[in-house]
Amino acid sequence: MSSHDHHANGVLPHDPEKATLEGRNKILGFWLFLGGETVLFGTLFSAFLALRHNVADGKTAQQLFELPLIALATFLLLTSSMTSVLAIQAMHRQKVKEMAIWLGITVLFGACFLGLEIYEFYHYVHEGHKFSTSAFSTSFYSLVGFHGAHVAFGICWITLLIAQLFRKGLTVVTAPKIYVASLYWHFIDVVWVFIFTVVYLMGKVG
Amino acid sequence: MDWLTTVDHKKIGILYLIAGGFFFLIGGLEALLIRWQLMGPEKDVVSAETFNSLLTMHGTTMIFLAAMPVIFALMNAIVPLQIGARDVAYPFVNAIGFWTFFFGGLLLNVAWIVGDVPAAGWTAYFPLAGPDFSGGKSMDFYAIGLQIAGIGTLVGGINFLVTIINMRAPGMSFMRMPMFTWSAFITSALILFAFPALAVGLVTMSFDRMFSGNFFVAANGGTGVLWEHIFWIFGHPEVYILILPAFGIISEVISTFSRKRLFGYSSMVFATALIGFLGFMVWAHHMFTTGLGPVANSLFSIATMLIAVPTGIKIFNWIFTMWGGQIRFTAANLFAIGFIPTFVMGGVTGVMLAAAPADFQYHDSYFVVAHFHYVIVGGLVLGLFSGVHYWWPKMFGVGLNEMLGKLTFWTFFIGFHLTFFVQHFLGLMGMPRRVFTYLEGLGWDTLNLVSSIGAFAMGVGTIIFIINIVYSLSQPRTAKGDHWEDGRTLEWSIPSPAPEYNFAQTPLVRGYDAFWKEKMAGNAEMTPAEPIGPIHMPSPSILPFFMSLGLFIAGFGFMYAENEFMNAALANLFSSYVVAGVGLLITFGSMFLRSVYDDAGFHIEEDEINKDRGIKA
Repeated sequence: MSSHDHHANGVLPHDPEKATLEGRNKILGFWLFLGGETVLFGTLFSAFLALRHNVADGKTAQQLFELPLIALATFLLLTSSMTSVLAIQAMHRQKVKEMAIWLGITVLFGACFLGLEIYEFYHYVHEGHKFSTSAFSTSFYSLVGFHGAHVAFGICWITLLIAQLFRKGLTVVTAPKIYVASLYWHFIDVVWVFIFTVVYLMGKVG
Repeated sequence: MDWLTTVDHKKIGILYLIAGGFFFLIGGLEALLIRWQLMGPEKDVVSAETFNSLLTMHGTTMIFLAAMPVIFALMNAIVPLQIGARDVAYPFVNAIGFWTFFFGGLLLNVAWIVGDVPAAGWTAYFPLAGPDFSGGKSMDFYAIGLQIAGIGTLVGGINFLVTIINMRAPGMSFMRMPMFTWSAFITSALILFAFPALAVGLVTMSFDRMFSGNFFVAANGGTGVLWEHIFWIFGHPEVYILILPAFGIISEVISTFSRKRLFGYSSMVFATALIGFLGFMVWAHHMFTTGLGPVANSLFSIATMLIAVPTGIKIFNWIFTMWGGQIRFTAANLFAIGFIPTFVMGGVTGVMLAAAPADFQYHDSYFVVAHFHYVIVGGLVLGLFSGVHYWWPKMFGVGLNEMLGKLTFWTFFIGFHLTFFVQHFLGLMGMPRRVFTYLEGLGWDTLNLVSSIGAFAMGVGTIIFIINIVYSLSQPRTAKGDHWEDGRTLEWSIPSPAPEYNFAQTPLVRGYDAFWKEKMAGNAEMTPAEPIGPIHMPSPSILPFFMSLGLFIAGFGFMYAENEFMNAALANLFSSYVVAGVGLLITFGSMFLRSVYDDAGFHIEEDEINKDRGIKA
């Protein structure tokens, strides 16, 4: 009901993402969805942990991984999480242009991360670490690749949202969409922190 | 066309019921062929290969394409009404849920037409389900079909969680929610945490089969036990996803037809939540014989037996609800009462199987087959029959025939016990499960014959039920709002079938069994919590249908990418992933359209609502 009033006056409430029942439903549902995603990645992590030493004739994690590259990718992705926070803060101050800029930077950093990952995979395959080489390689590409696919999806999604923001402006309909996309982006980051630890650091230690 | 675009949860409920019922018949037909083959020793009704396919498809179809959808049918039709909501949280996503289930199920069953049917069991253990032992496309149909259907289940679960948390009527606190809604709530939570594990399992299976992955290939460092863990961390909660809604239905039906408040309501809620939690802690009891070691076996053994405690609480509460009640033996109530001893029998054998040392003896014998059919058919299916008879007038505006309903009950109930009771003994006598035939002189002949006769009796019961449906739908729609006259919960306070907007005015809930409370206070209707006004409704949309159709096409594209076709053009199309790409394009294109064009919906005006209520404006 309150959303009607705000529309009528052309004034946006302080939390436009939570102003309507639809918006609140969207956010709650998305938190639940992330719960499901946690199980999804949890299962992939378990499979990886069970198989990470089973390298058959292929290379081991210690021989493959180069931490400087991974550290750079980590830096890019974690920074993009911060810029997405700045976008949400701009949303609460109703600065649409600032919001779009921060979201744009988020997408840019995400794309750089993805570029590094593609280079990394390309490099490994040339070293003879193919998807079908060993149980380790299969579970590695599955886990890290799933995360990469999530990043790619997020990039497309947020890009689309920026376009919508320019076309429709900040409303009680677009605000929850952007809020939910930022939740998604943080989630991807959290998963990456675990991948960095479990896959790369533990892999390097052996 | 109306049905392809609908986003009305009550219509989607009916769609689920039709599709689920259809797959139930297919699964039942497969079961009858299995029992026909096993009717006597060394019969050759079907070949060994066909038998394996029948067994696999029977299990998969019944769990994923019959039981789950019929549960979703009742949840869709009833849960929003029980909590006094105008709609579900995501009507659009709800439609996606139905269509992905439908197309996933269709894809799985296309295997019969192609003649390359999954045959590695519904559990699809490796290496049996791997490319070495299940060649061709067989298990790809399983992996991709279930993957698509699983999306539908997952989004359906999230939809119900949000609906129940955010959209309850004023006064409908959690501890005033009807038991069926509670069970739908816990079930949805289980779906949320179990189905992503299945999704990963099916993806790893596809990776191994299609892209030469090594998750489960021992030669390259993979392990089949990993598959068992992934499968059962989904698969065990799945059986609670199935049975909890049945518990909810039984609670509603028994209290209605005893004209009594459900005994021990809060302990029922607690027991439901506890069963849901423990359901996740016991998956490895399916794997006692894989060599997990004594510590793991003991822990999983104890955790499994613990589930008997909350389940026992429920059983006693149902009995105490009936105690001193004015019991009406309607068809729905017969199914509910028949459920109680039957489910207890299934539970008892469950505790027997939970004892790890004894399990080494029962493992993979007909004893296990008897156990899980006692809980899933004797529990869930009786519960669903009860729920369908109970809510049929609410869904269709006309009741099922009571006499035919009782006939269904008795033939099905007796047939069921004939079929599965003797299988306990067959198991103890050493008959292994999944065998397509057996030799004469092992002492199994008579019991197998009895079992098969029982199975056909269940088939007769099902046919009577279908006759009942046809008969009832040919009758005029005369069901009253409170069809059973003893209705206790909110769905009975509105006309049958419910109008598109459910409640003309959102009701004010003043206690548990909200409608019964008003009736006892001498009110004919619920007290409204708001004045009559225009009601906002979501617009129908064809996009959910196309999103699912896209996945269906993409599924074939991926499956047949490395197939050898006679036709060069076809081969090119598939091997360059054109078909897969087109399918994904349809899906993502529909998602894009949905995202770009906001659905403004429409309003149902006051005049129209008043007309429905018989008031002249």
